[in-house]
Amino acid sequence: MTDGKIRLLDRGVATSRPVAVLGLFIALVGAACSPGAGGGGGGGGTTTLTLAAVDNPQMADLKKLVPDFQSSHPNIQVKIITLPEDQLRVQVTEDVATKSGRYDLFTIGQYETGLWAKKGWIENLSPYIVKDSSYDPNDLIPGVHTALSYQGNVYAVPFYGESSMLMYRKDLLSAAGVTMPDHPTWDQVAAAAQKVNSSSVSGICLRGLAGWGELLGPLDTVVNTFGGRWYDQNWNAQLTSPQWKAAVGFYVNLLKTAGEPGAANAGFTECLNAYNGGKVAMWYDATVGASNFTGDVAKNSGYAYAPTKIKDWSGWLWAWSLAMPSSSKKKDAAWAFADWATSKDYIKLVGTKLGWAHVPPGTRTSTYALPEYQQAAGGFAQITVDSMAHADVTHATVDPVPYVGIQYVLIDEFQQLGDQVSQEITKVIAGGQTVDQALQKAQQYAAAVGKKYQS
Amino acid sequence: MKINVEFLPRSVVGSGGEQTAASVTRRESWARRLPLLPAFIYVVLVTQIPFVLTIYYSFFSWNLLKPDSFRFAGLENYGTLLSNESIRIAVWNTVLLTACVIAISVVIGLGVASLLNSEVFGKGLMRTLMIAPFLIMPTAGALVWKDTLLNPLFGLLPYLLTPFGLGRVDWVNQYPMVTVVAVEVWRWTPFMMLIILAGLQSQNPEILEAARVDGANAFQSFRRITLPLVRPFIELGALLGSLFVVQTYDSIFILTYGGPGEDTTNIPFLLYIVAFQGFNIGQASAIGVVAVIITIIVATFALRTLFSIFQVEARR
Repeated sequence: MTDGKIRLLDRGVATSRPVAVLGLFIALVGAACSPGAGGGGGGGGTTTLTLAAVDNPQMADLKKLVPDFQSSHPNIQVKIITLPEDQLRVQVTEDVATKSGRYDLFTIGQYETGLWAKKGWIENLSPYIVKDSSYDPNDLIPGVHTALSYQGNVYAVPFYGESSMLMYRKDLLSAAGVTMPDHPTWDQVAAAAQKVNSSSVSGICLRGLAGWGELLGPLDTVVNTFGGRWYDQNWNAQLTSPQWKAAVGFYVNLLKTAGEPGAANAGFTECLNAYNGGKVAMWYDATVGASNFTGDVAKNSGYAYAPTKIKDWSGWLWAWSLAMPSSSKKKDAAWAFADWATSKDYIKLVGTKLGWAHVPPGTRTSTYALPEYQQAAGGFAQITVDSMAHADVTHATVDPVPYVGIQYVLIDEFQQLGDQVSQEITKVIAGGQTVDQALQKAQQYAAAVGKKYQS
Repeated sequence: MKINVEFLPRSVVGSGGEQTAASVTRRESWARRLPLLPAFIYVVLVTQIPFVLTIYYSFFSWNLLKPDSFRFAGLENYGTLLSNESIRIAVWNTVLLTACVIAISVVIGLGVASLLNSEVFGKGLMRTLMIAPFLIMPTAGALVWKDTLLNPLFGLLPYLLTPFGLGRVDWVNQYPMVTVVAVEVWRWTPFMMLIILAGLQSQNPEILEAARVDGANAFQSFRRITLPLVRPFIELGALLGSLFVVQTYDSIFILTYGGPGEDTTNIPFLLYIVAFQGFNIGQASAIGVVAVIITIIVATFALRTLFSIFQVEARR
């Protein structure tokens, strides 16, 4: 969700000719019908697990600590394959949909967890959790716990979690005579942005880069708190509603009057660089952004909860989590590893071995009670854990909706729909069309998808 | 991809066999073909079987994300191709992109080739530098364009254009198609230049000399003698080039990701979106089949031109 950097890189190494790739892909799918592709058990009673993981710093730390796991589980070998977010999503989806069994474990977000649990593609982990008395599932942050559950059972265990918040430069804001409350409204934020905006420093950085994991992340939370929703209870698309127009109009207008230059290209990484370089005074994005601040910028930063309009607690929720395919033949070994990597002990192991700043955030409430972590995580730890605890994927909007999700809609079609809608809004930010034109087009896309759910 | 298989065995295996068919027995001719058979089988395996499967899947409604969606759909996927607006836009973008890139790069390529064909200082170095864009990986080239050259904040081009009041123009988002065309022209001009240069160098200097003696000026001899002579080479370059430009994907992925809106979504990029964002295998297969058909049509013209050049060469 957050790794704009990864997305960009991914574009760099992406496939060269889709026609050829599709052919190859289809051949793979065909071959996949015969199971037994994923590296065999090996000799001497050892089991080799293959884990497909997203390429982020927390996963790199996990890779470093695998020897610790192996010293207590000598007969389980763990092979971790890290992939950029987009490629991971495509590969794991192919693997699990065709039941090819290439991976015994993978990291997925709660978006995939919800969809795949329903299809029976991933294993119910609740029976495994019960067996381990020290796991303490009630310690998992409530919002995350709900998001990873289907019909009361947990289908993926969280490894890393985040919400969204407002980060701002205390020095710049006080120089302009602005004080930021802990729970600001979007109107206050907009007023502050316009007040501090100058020729050298922009008021606020917001994502404008197309993609459901880029622009739509923050924008969806704005739409939610403005009272908008993707669909009404009968799956009628609502993208031309006054609330959507108000929210998108507000977002685009804020970017145009006090936003960063070149906003249509700005994603997580670009905004982080702009903020770290002192080019913007505020930034609304993932809570993990703050752990990348450096120097004076880090010292002068203040943090506030996600800004609101009508709906309280508008922060998003994302959790990279470990899940196993239900077709796996090494479930006990896979659970042993997932259990270890998401346990309280793992948090402490990371803290003592790699430093407390390395601890994967946003998974367990107990992490935030550790004094060493509180010291290392600074001013935003409390905001992170509170935002995540209040982020409710089942009640994210003002009006009732037939779907689950905060910054996404929990349906198979959303990846493509979200990309298409975000493209239209990026075109508005770039000055290529009006808000009404963009939402008209977006409404058509959304209505076509909604129709499939009406029957 | 498809063309290779069509022509490789026939020209390499087939024609050799036919020549000697009268003198050698059937058995012997098979023995001669045998060493080539592994390569032939390999090519069929990796290119034709996926293609046949793609055709097969294009008649099915199959979304990878919907476990029970696999069912025979007849021509439904192709019907969608006709009615869907996104596909119409993608076809139009593909045509526009290909036509613009080929036309501009042929004109520039012809100009540069004419310069390099004359006696100028440092010709070898210039030729090497001119070819460079074609040798750079498309993704790497597109990244350099996007971040180093065109970035509205710290890019080189906006900086150079500041005196003209074009300093903060966000080229990639405000003029997406112009940007993609510019990058592709940059990439394909060397290709055109090389082919046209080969044509220029094959012309007989005596004819040009004769024209000069008859009183033709430089423009006249270029227009009346050089241009007709290199015409087949220009045609070949344009057709081979369009074969590749129709499939442009890398630079679009990097520069614009098909946007903003659908402004730069061409057929290959739409196929990527449908196959790998929507996981709609049936629909994506149908788009793939149509893309291959279009490519084959263009390729047929390209190869016909290629052969006509060789026939002319042979007649000399």
